[in-house]
Amino acid sequence: MNKKQKKVLYRILATVAIIAVYKLIPVSEESLIGAFLYLIPYLLIGYDVLLKALKGIKNRQVFDENFLMAVATVGAYGLKDYLEAVAVMLFYQIGELFQSYAVGKSRKSISELMDIRPDYANIEADGQLRQVDPYDVQVGQTIIINPGERVPLDGIVIKGSSSLSTAALTGESKPRDVSEGDEIVSGCINNEGVLYVQTTKAFEDSTVAKILDLVENASSLKSKSENFISRFAHYYTPAVCFGALALFLLPALYNILKGQPADWSVWLYRALSFLVISCPCALVISIPLSFFAGLGGASRQGILIKGSNYLETLSQVKCVVFDKTGTITKGVFEVSGVHHCPIDRDEMLEYAALAESHSSHPIAKSIRNAVSRPLDESRVSDIKEFPGHGVIAIVDGRQVAVGNGMLMDQLDVEYINCQDDVGTVIHVAVDWQYCGHLVIADIIKENARQAIGKLHDLGVSSTIMLTGDEERVARSVADEVSIKEYRASLLPQQKVEEVEKILGNAKGKVAFVGDGINDAPVLTRTDIGIAMGAMGSDAAIEAADVVLMDDDLLKIAKSVKISRKCLRIVYENIIFAIGVKLICLVLGALGITNMWAAIFADVGVMVIAVLNAIRALFVREN
Amino acid sequence: MKRMYNIEVDCANCANKMEEAANRTEGVKNAVVNFMTLKMAVEFEEGVDAKEVMKRVLANCRKVEDDCEIYL
Repeated sequence: MNKKQKKVLYRILATVAIIAVYKLIPVSEESLIGAFLYLIPYLLIGYDVLLKALKGIKNRQVFDENFLMAVATVGAYGLKDYLEAVAVMLFYQIGELFQSYAVGKSRKSISELMDIRPDYANIEADGQLRQVDPYDVQVGQTIIINPGERVPLDGIVIKGSSSLSTAALTGESKPRDVSEGDEIVSGCINNEGVLYVQTTKAFEDSTVAKILDLVENASSLKSKSENFISRFAHYYTPAVCFGALALFLLPALYNILKGQPADWSVWLYRALSFLVISCPCALVISIPLSFFAGLGGASRQGILIKGSNYLETLSQVKCVVFDKTGTITKGVFEVSGVHHCPIDRDEMLEYAALAESHSSHPIAKSIRNAVSRPLDESRVSDIKEFPGHGVIAIVDGRQVAVGNGMLMDQLDVEYINCQDDVGTVIHVAVDWQYCGHLVIADIIKENARQAIGKLHDLGVSSTIMLTGDEERVARSVADEVSIKEYRASLLPQQKVEEVEKILGNAKGKVAFVGDGINDAPVLTRTDIGIAMGAMGSDAAIEAADVVLMDDDLLKIAKSVKISRKCLRIVYENIIFAIGVKLICLVLGALGITNMWAAIFADVGVMVIAVLNAIRALFVREN
Repeated sequence: MKRMYNIEVDCANCANKMEEAANRTEGVKNAVVNFMTLKMAVEFEEGVDAKEVMKRVLANCRKVEDDCEIYL
């Protein structure tokens, strides 16, 4: 509790004590002495509300909750309901205190969740370690990261190896191993060894700065529900005030016209209890708090959402469009099959890899990566590259040809075309003898099928995959991960056109999932753009509305779940708070409830709504 | 031009009132107050002096909520 809150707490306790003493003595509410004695706790607990009400009148801000509380309690005092006047003030203050405490607490705990800000960086100067502000470290300078410390800047490891915990960034608890030559991202925590890192970015451009900027500035875009509530609050309070005035005047005037006693005090009392319920606090605090907690809960899972409006959109997603390469698949080519090979599989792979040892083509790299042993390049000579066809080289004195069907045709080698596998087929011939072929494919992510299944389970009716690859490859990948539809052979600009068509036909909101590298136009065009694997990619963080720090596809379903839970809480709170208030207004007008019930309704609803809102912070695992 | 300011305010409804007051201020194109993060995002009209405008914004906010603060 801060100073302000403590002061209010002491005032509350003192008031309760004084009332208890009055009840024990007992002090009569009828006498003039009673009226004077009750003034002490009343002013003690309510002086700031009364002062604020006066200031409000001076600034022509009549319809605020201070004014209403002042009128209601002064009125109650005038009706000689002293205890009630004190109690209304007391409960109002208790409610306000609880609210400010709860909000402060969740504000703190949520900002702690995303506490990835590095405090310092270690640099070596004159043979000694010195701690400096990460802002002062130059690009290219060497920093030293000890075990247990946070990586302050993005860079490349030049000495040492360790495992890094990325949990604060991605929600993933499995550590990531790094060694010399690996790029590392700021915000991670160094678990084991000492790392010497050459920085590649200044602090303000580093991943951690970008993420902090995103998180801190999230929710400056308000959701429809939040805007609805501010509009509602704007009209609700004045409406209740005029309602109270009407409740006071109309029945009494009606009675006078009919020649009956006016019962002024009865109607005044009912009108005053009307005013007590007029504070829109429960709604006004619980809705933004729910969204804030929802955004906080998501970021703990490594899902950064740029505003509460996106959280709202995410909950209504009915169609998810995926990019293939890098999203459904890993975007890394691998040798996925070796067929029709008469010689040893590893031997053929090694021959192919040696022949391709000087090529920088991604496919050549994937062949080299498939060989587990280190390659002895001295075994290779006379490498001849035939662009678009392949390569011919002498390995161990034997002629090795590695390439597509056209290369085999040129050499007059008969080859077997691949029947089942999907991917690029590379034939290998040794000394003009056909030696089988390698299939090189982009690997589908392990949990892709499960992730798509989860989305379907959540009621996402349509999943579509877009790819520049040919029909055959697209169909096979779509079947494998059970995506419902696919569009193949798309050029980059055609992807946008395709998305336009999907948007035109969609019933709910459309989300696009990509890696954020070259699909920025599509990410911005759809209702909600989700970028994956954003750790270390500024482009993705800029372009998307939702940023998944790692490339775990399951997080898409999880983020939809989080958003739905949050929105459910928001609607619960709206309906509950407005419902209870309306019921109390009706009962109060009919004279069934009194001011006590009214203040309980007001404060009680707020406490329940705030507690319910905080629930949005918690995300169930899986 | 868009700027972010830290603010200090006690209740959510007061934050809404500050937002309204800021939006009424001359030179402000759009202002959004976030009570949870205690921040005010202000988008200014073309060619105005942000410092001057923010002084007026603070004055207007003080009128509706006298103990609020904007850290300029």
